[in-house]
Amino acid sequence: MPTAPDAASAPSGLYVPGYVRDHDTHPPLDHPGYRSTALRHPRRPPTLLPHTLTEITAPVLGEDRVGEHDHDLTRGHDGEPQGQRIIVHGQVRDSGGAAVPHTLVEVWQANAAGRYRHTGDNWPAPLDPHFTGVGRAMTDAEGRYRFVTVRPGAYPWRNHRNAWRPAHIHFSLFGRAFTQRLVTQMYFPDDPLFFQDPMWNSVPDPRARERMLARYDHDATRPEWALAYRWDIVLRGREQTPFESDEEILEDDE
Amino acid sequence: MSTHPTTPAQTVGPYLHIGLPWPDGPYAVAEGAPGAVWIRGTVYDGAGEPVTDALVETWQADPQGRFDHPDDPRGARSHPGFRAFGRCPTGADGGYGILTLKPGTVPGPHGDQAPHIDVSLFARGMLHRVVTRLYFPEEEAANAADPVLNSIGDPDARATLVAGAAPDGYRFDIRIQGDGETVFFDV
Ligand SMILES: [Fe+2]
Repeated sequence: MPTAPDAASAPSGLYVPGYVRDHDTHPPLDHPGYRSTALRHPRRPPTLLPHTLTEITAPVLGEDRVGEHDHDLTRGHDGEPQGQRIIVHGQVRDSGGAAVPHTLVEVWQANAAGRYRHTGDNWPAPLDPHFTGVGRAMTDAEGRYRFVTVRPGAYPWRNHRNAWRPAHIHFSLFGRAFTQRLVTQMYFPDDPLFFQDPMWNSVPDPRARERMLARYDHDATRPEWALAYRWDIVLRGREQTPFESDEEILEDDE
Repeated sequence: MSTHPTTPAQTVGPYLHIGLPWPDGPYAVAEGAPGAVWIRGTVYDGAGEPVTDALVETWQADPQGRFDHPDDPRGARSHPGFRAFGRCPTGADGGYGILTLKPGTVPGPHGDQAPHIDVSLFARGMLHRVVTRLYFPEEEAANAADPVLNSIGDPDARATLVAGAAPDGYRFDIRIQGDGETVFFDV
């Protein structure tokens, strides 16, 4: 944990509170079950980087990065994509519970048949002329985001014999600090493919895995139009300053 | 304070190109802007092969060492025409390029830090991003006094964070594993 230097030892210093470190949450970079990690993980242990101004800041991206219909993956083509129409929504918060407002959320996914519109994806499932599979949204003042899309299909890959990825949507978030940057995947409840998926199982703590799981949200469905899933995302929060910690203890005693 | 556990990271996978690259991603500053420099490099895996499905992102201070961000206690200050953030996928040769301005000195908790750029690397086969820092070769005195560089004992390892000079900017290769492995940070 960073500590504030006393003024005498650092006359020109500028101390800023950092962000909590959340190693327990994340998968290891070396995960033999996911074969491609073998040549793509550093061998040297990482060097601790204190959080300075560069790490507690991030690009403040404006609404101009997002078009009016970018949150709706079913639009922008001559017709509607095949598949089950769904609403995916949720709130982005930090680990202190504060909403993360006005931050960019980017998503990409396979179509309903499990095929990506990508030159590298050649498995024999159909492309959908009405689906590209990319979306963008800014969170609102309460950190909420909302996408309209179709439920992605599962797809095979060559990691192990008869390997299939559970249905998922790729998510990318900026947060308000370099330390908060997160790229992850959202999964659907009751997927039968988790048992053999090294990505899902790379997260060591089973409770942390569950945090990648959306829940069916009947209240957010639109009758005769779309089913809905809710997925809340938690980014790292700010370290408490010693002063604030003291306050917390007092509050807890009340 | 309630503490909410964070959401785990997952790999960008092989199809990151659908969702992440921006047409203007490599341009933290417009081409032809005064002081614009290219940072170019290649990402290599543990077999020394170029990594063709990676994404490099950069974040940095402006030439005066300032950030356009409300959490900078000195105040947010924008540098017109400068985004301070760059994003570029690697190509078929494993190469990336970001056009930016050289950052100024940034204060740290124990005095000034040498000019630096924070770099995130995402790729298929990486379950989480890795983070490194780019320092500038002409800043010998500032680099020698930089607390982060000095926290790395091995001079060969430290040298992986110092870019090379190039005719129109700098060269910064990233070696994920093995010989000349780049220093990565626990951020
Ligand atoms: Fe995927």
